Amino acid sequence: MYYLWVFLIGGLICAFGELLIIKTNITSARILVTFVLIGVALEAFGIFDPISNFARAGINVPIIGFGASLAKGAIGAVKSRGLIGAFTGGLEATAGGIAAAVLFAFIFGLIFKAKTKK
Amino acid sequence: MDEKKRNEAYNKYVKAKIPKTRPWPSLFNSFWVGGLICILGQGINDLIMLGFPTMAEQTAWAYTLIALIFIASFLTGIGVYDRIGKFAGGGSIVPITGFSNSITSPALEFKNEGIIYGLCVKMFTIAGPVIVSGVVASVLVGLIYLFI
Repeated sequence: MYYLWVFLIGGLICAFGELLIIKTNITSARILVTFVLIGVALEAFGIFDPISNFARAGINVPIIGFGASLAKGAIGAVKSRGLIGAFTGGLEATAGGIAAAVLFAFIFGLIFKAKTKK
Repeated sequence: MDEKKRNEAYNKYVKAKIPKTRPWPSLFNSFWVGGLICILGQGINDLIMLGFPTMAEQTAWAYTLIALIFIASFLTGIGVYDRIGKFAGGGSIVPITGFSNSITSPALEFKNEGIIYGLCVKMFTIAGPVIVSGVVASVLVGLIYLFI
């Protein structure tokens, strides 16, 4: 049952994020930046794919996966297209997610009203 | 009232008002909520692969993330995601849904400052640093791979 691995790995990564928040009072922007950079590093050193093979969504859904696809895109594009790939590859690989996040934020931002914070 | 005393009193007040998070329950809640979000992602991915068996794995993952981003953005719009966030902390921030929430939430909050300078500018208050650091790091990695 690989769903168990998905749950365990994904949960542990999130709990690690929460641990950072508790220990250092770090803001959510810093948390996201930290995990994206972890993802870039894991991919750069070739550690991401072996984990991803059994953790699947457990490591692809956390923002670590976003960092890893940035790096994976850049590495792949450099191999096939040379220097220009370093510039185009990362954003190309993650364009879907970024575009979706911006689009939905724009639409729902227009539609919904901000809830007053209690 | 002299200033020092007033500051002391204020600091005491702030300390008393800051919500105390007990570490173990909040770690546990992050764990299972984060885990469930990943399960949801895996479920969506498996459904996509079931419906479109010929689709490339990478494309299926892209659709999966877009679906999660859509769900989180919508839940942020109706105010549910923030309630999940209060309960789950890191469990709601670390997954890609947290990234989506971090864009939709300020977009909503600053809409009253105008569409351009409110909504469009403020939606990148958290996503901006994430994209900047990610892009810089990925270009560096690409350049390193070019030379090795």
